[in-house]
Amino acid sequence: MDTTITFTVNGKSRTVTTDPQRPLLDVLREDLQLTGTKYGCGDGQCRACTVLMNGKSVPACLTPVSDAARQTILTIEGLANGDKLHPVQEAFLAESAFQCGYCTSGLIMGAVGLLNENSAPTRDEILARMQRHLCRCCSYPNILRAVQRAAQSGRRAV
Amino acid sequence: MKTDSTQDDLAPAAYDEPVDRLEYDFGLNRRSFMQWLGAGLLIVVSPAPTLAQERGRQRDNNQPRTVAARLHLGKDGSITVLTGKVDCGQGGRAELTQAAAEELRVASDAVQLIMADTSLVPNDGITAGSRSTPSTVPLIRQAAAAARELLIDFAVKQWSVERNTIDVRDGKAVHTASKRSVSYADLARNEEAAKGLEQNIPSDIAVTPVKDWKTLGTSAPRPNRRDIVTGAHKYPSDIVRPGMLYGKVLRPPSFGAKLTALDPAPAKAMKDVVVIRDEQFVGVAAPTTLQAEQALAALAKTAQWERPPHPSSKELYAHLKQHTEGGVPSNPFAEELTKAKKALRQSYHVAYAQHAPLEPRAAVAEWKDDKLTVWTATQNPFGCRNELMRAFHLSEDNTRVVVPDFGAGFGGKHSGECGIEAARLARGASRPVCLRWTREEEFTWAYFRPAAVIEVEAGLDEQGAVSSWHFLNINSGNSGVETPYRLENKRSRSVNSAPPLRHGSYRALASTANNFARESFMDELAAAAGADPLEFRLAQLDHPRLRAVLETAAQRFDWKNRVKKKSPTVGVGLACGTEKGSYVAACVEIVVDRKENRIVVRHVCEVFECGAILNPANLRLQVEGAIIMGLGPALREEVRFEDGEILTDSFRSYQVPRFADVPELDIHCLNRTDLAPAGAGETPIIAIAPAIGNALFHATGIRVRTMPIRLPAA
Repeated sequence: MDTTITFTVNGKSRTVTTDPQRPLLDVLREDLQLTGTKYGCGDGQCRACTVLMNGKSVPACLTPVSDAARQTILTIEGLANGDKLHPVQEAFLAESAFQCGYCTSGLIMGAVGLLNENSAPTRDEILARMQRHLCRCCSYPNILRAVQRAAQSGRRAV
Repeated sequence: MKTDSTQDDLAPAAYDEPVDRLEYDFGLNRRSFMQWLGAGLLIVVSPAPTLAQERGRQRDNNQPRTVAARLHLGKDGSITVLTGKVDCGQGGRAELTQAAAEELRVASDAVQLIMADTSLVPNDGITAGSRSTPSTVPLIRQAAAAARELLIDFAVKQWSVERNTIDVRDGKAVHTASKRSVSYADLARNEEAAKGLEQNIPSDIAVTPVKDWKTLGTSAPRPNRRDIVTGAHKYPSDIVRPGMLYGKVLRPPSFGAKLTALDPAPAKAMKDVVVIRDEQFVGVAAPTTLQAEQALAALAKTAQWERPPHPSSKELYAHLKQHTEGGVPSNPFAEELTKAKKALRQSYHVAYAQHAPLEPRAAVAEWKDDKLTVWTATQNPFGCRNELMRAFHLSEDNTRVVVPDFGAGFGGKHSGECGIEAARLARGASRPVCLRWTREEEFTWAYFRPAAVIEVEAGLDEQGAVSSWHFLNINSGNSGVETPYRLENKRSRSVNSAPPLRHGSYRALASTANNFARESFMDELAAAAGADPLEFRLAQLDHPRLRAVLETAAQRFDWKNRVKKKSPTVGVGLACGTEKGSYVAACVEIVVDRKENRIVVRHVCEVFECGAILNPANLRLQVEGAIIMGLGPALREEVRFEDGEILTDSFRSYQVPRFADVPELDIHCLNRTDLAPAGAGETPIIAIAPAIGNALFHATGIRVRTMPIRLPAA
């Protein structure tokens, strides 16, 4: 039975009428054409689908769209401020922290989620959190450096 | 003494690894051969008048001869370069752009590279076998150099000056004395001069020597990098067409199962669902993925199958050996072996692995009248087009494959099955259809890296040198099968078997398996000879490039001292090899974690050499990525199956490397600017597994001859 769900996505109020069981991932991609959030496993094991819900990173593939009702969602498309990239995006560019780039939006959102909770994570804290993300091209050393760089630039900005 | 192989056997061959294709034939009526009007339809940057005709003539020619078939100069100053290669993360887009920019004397960001749209680009073959660097980079450089020479011709003719007074820089031919200049746009606007672009590229065209490189040899970043970090890049999974539906295909419950009965009525009764059936092929299309999944579940409930027996992974190696084509060949040096001071014989086993690219197979298919366009992820765009033509009885002009930069391949996307399935669904639905395989489908229905049984037999003479060598790979292929060592009486070969799973290429092909067996066995021989593994190898290794990487790695790792330290929980090992014209050596340190009964790789020192380096940062990413990726099949990744079903069908049961697996890495790339560049995406993976196995032996005295390498149960 379709339900009408209203939520905020990238700063805009959006309303969809759909099956409430659908994963948030599908609604973002298929209904709102926000394809920056990726499907990797549908199982919460790769986190390519990471988005922020009320500032916390969640796997959109395991989040029924009904859970997003009245919540605030941020996807990779809403992260930059106009042409100005978010420091985590800048850091991923500066460290060339991708090869195919398919995991990148999930990793960036995951890193933003981490920095929202802990603006000065240690190397071990970064590794512990990022362990849930997969990069099959195995750009892990560069990704780690990018997250460290973003954390440092965040500290400088404070 | 006669030997079966020589140093020449180590030279890279053209790419010829077989891939098991799914040969669909949908038996549709043969389509009319309507010509597709002007293939220039998508190039909006004022195409050269002959571009379309040239493409028509040269479509299937691997080496387009005219400048215009490869490179287009716009009257607006735009520069468009065309290639049939794809980029799935290995940096092809950056390096091919650099190649054009270098020869044109322009900045990399002045060049737009169109990749892998079969209606626009020349057929550069499959993106595999590390061939983009040695094959396609030179072709692009030659075309760009020819365009640069045409610009000089144009300037010389305009100003009646000597050729050697013209300098090309920043996209302009400059006559410094008179302060005059002409640009590529000026050339394109001059009808007479632009005709030169239709000429064949001179066969003796000179490209820029390495010492003069300004763009090549630098760490140019990926041109579309900003789109990657903003989510704007459209991967094949992200393509949306007007009126598009989402598709699903009904998969058999086990390999080889035949559909004997199906009631499509319950699925057909579902709102907005289309059911497509074409003999054994059954699929659905619906406005959302969830609706398609629900319809598929309804179909699956009514489906009845006949399941043939299928071997299990528990009996895999016996099965492969039993089914060796023509029987297991015997050792031609059996007699030499009887005279050897010591004779060794061992069997090595390598499990099936899955590529598991993060983007599972995906395709969007759209029919307009009798013309089919498929956007998909394939390393073989023209091969995929040919598969579509065969499956739907289409002409070349009516079949277009577009490959956006996609989410990794690792040799696993050489085929076009997902595009064919999407096209069949779109045909049935009369709407564009997006088909994205699930992770489970990718783990089950994509082809696998072949499993192998490798049998090696060798003798040692009085001096402790190898006196004969017989190396036999059953099932996984020929790559890296030759030994690089200077051995008397050697024979190395591969033979086919009857593999239980669909198999095909994987990063570095069989050379990972062959290097695992050879470099492990070399260690066994060294131990039998009472020699140090490094000294034993060097004593029998002439190849200067391979010696260089091995000696450099050993030195950087401080092998000589570290190998003397004995500990039951810490070990060091090394391995080396060559494949596809590049050279690699790795030294590793492992820790034996008795509590968890596992091996932890703590330190990897790898030295790699692939001739002149085109892009140092990208090369480093390839080497690092290959090492870390290689840890998976070396330590954990193993496809298990039973009764025709894959048991390892998720990232829970099939565990690929993650952040915690990353060891301390010391990577060193030798830059041989005196040698032609070779590809680098594959060979760095081949040394890691044998080095780990050898390190385990160093620590524990336990020799594990199966990949993945696991500690025996405590």
